[in-house]
Amino acid sequence: MSLAIEPGEFFGLLGPNGAGKTTLINVIAGLARADRGSVSVMGADVVADYRRARRMLGVVPQELVFDPFFTVRESLRIQSGYFGIRGNDAWIDEVMEHLDLTAKADANMRSLSGGMKRRVLVAQALVHKPPVIVLDEPTAGVDVELRQGLWQFVRRLNADGHTIVLTTHYLEEAELHCSRIGMLKGGRIVALDSTRNLLASVSGSRTTVHVMARDGTRHTLQIEGYARLERELARLRQQGVEIADIELERPDLEQVFLRLTS
Amino acid sequence: MTSFWTLFSKELLRFIKVSVQTVAAPVLTSVLYLVIFGQVLEGRMQVFDGVRYTAFLVPGLVMMSVLQNAFANSSSSLIQSKITGNIVFILLAPISYAEFFWAYVAASMARGLAVGAGVLAVSAAFVELRLEAPHWTLAFALLGAALLGALGVLAGIVSEKIDQLAAFQNFVILPLTMLSGVFYSIQSLPGFWRGLSHANPFFYMIDGFRYGFFGASDVAPGVSLAIVATAFLAVALVCLLLLKSGYRLRT
Repeated sequence: MSLAIEPGEFFGLLGPNGAGKTTLINVIAGLARADRGSVSVMGADVVADYRRARRMLGVVPQELVFDPFFTVRESLRIQSGYFGIRGNDAWIDEVMEHLDLTAKADANMRSLSGGMKRRVLVAQALVHKPPVIVLDEPTAGVDVELRQGLWQFVRRLNADGHTIVLTTHYLEEAELHCSRIGMLKGGRIVALDSTRNLLASVSGSRTTVHVMARDGTRHTLQIEGYARLERELARLRQQGVEIADIELERPDLEQVFLRLTS
Repeated sequence: MTSFWTLFSKELLRFIKVSVQTVAAPVLTSVLYLVIFGQVLEGRMQVFDGVRYTAFLVPGLVMMSVLQNAFANSSSSLIQSKITGNIVFILLAPISYAEFFWAYVAASMARGLAVGAGVLAVSAAFVELRLEAPHWTLAFALLGAALLGALGVLAGIVSEKIDQLAAFQNFVILPLTMLSGVFYSIQSLPGFWRGLSHANPFFYMIDGFRYGFFGASDVAPGVSLAIVATAFLAVALVCLLLLKSGYRLRT
């Protein structure tokens, strides 16, 4: 595959289980070696210039891993040190604050709930302020509150110029946050376009309208553009339909996903 | 260097946080060996002229503790990190394979030497000891701990399950340690077994370490040190090559 993610993008990597999303991320992160080809992060080859490449990269792994010997703060200090940074407490405090971890700073990792451990994983990926942040299923199994807080923080990082690469099974998250999406299937890219174009590709210019009548009947209309909507509704009224409610069905990524990957 | 120091400090903290299990327990085990073997064999065995059996036993037990604990530190830390998956934090960081190797080896040396010092300190309360050539004692303790720390790194890299590591520990490390002359001088063995002991690198570590105490050994300490240093370099080279290739660490 050939894929270039531009600086500052919020890029989504989607695909069914086994499509190769995590393998691709592992190759980028240096956790797996590609049989052939090359990958660079901000111009640094992940094999030949691995130290520079890894400094550019913050990865939130999919598995809920932690070191049971240490507290949250110790884990973050250690991770800073691995990246060659000492005296990083100001930034560590800020990251913990944004991820609502401050109250748990001195708690042992073992004592944290799954959601809290996920927050620490995110914090560990950010301790060295990497320009590129890779989130591999960051919201898998976490509560709504964390999701909201996490996305707010990630969007702020993106607004500050950080490149975000996201894999998720929650397609609505990708649709909401990603400006561009690549879809993988069997280790190949089957779609690569802006989110808007991908959505348009599944529906074209047609919109589906569900009309609920007062007598409980339901009418489905397919219209070409909203300009035709009033004419179609007028036609229904002429047929004696008393309109109680109208629902517009917008195309979503799930339809794109199913069409391209099934 | 910060990466190295951080990984080294992390490995130090790891065993210090559970020091009852990682330092105090092995000290107690070795002291029990001293009490039991010393009690049973004192007066029945004379290895070096003018040296009581318990005094002969102490350096062997100290070195055995250094070696076993240096091995246990790096091997258990690596296998636990691999099994729980938290090795990913190290693998994602810009840590060179040489920094990785030396950090694990240095922390293993620290634990091995801490346990060895503990055994020596407790033993000194029971047995009168003398140190004829402390520089030899120190050299063998450092190099022996480094060799076993490196062997622990090797076993930790190669093993994928706890039982594989346990097999390495029980069928390689333990027999080589117990048959290295901790409890006896190889001069007391029949010819065949004496010859076989010379093929055991652990024998040279124990023998050289003991030379520092009594100024007497089965093999000249310089020769022993050269053999141990060669063994360390060989194991270190294998470890560095494996780490560079990412064998069983990076897929």
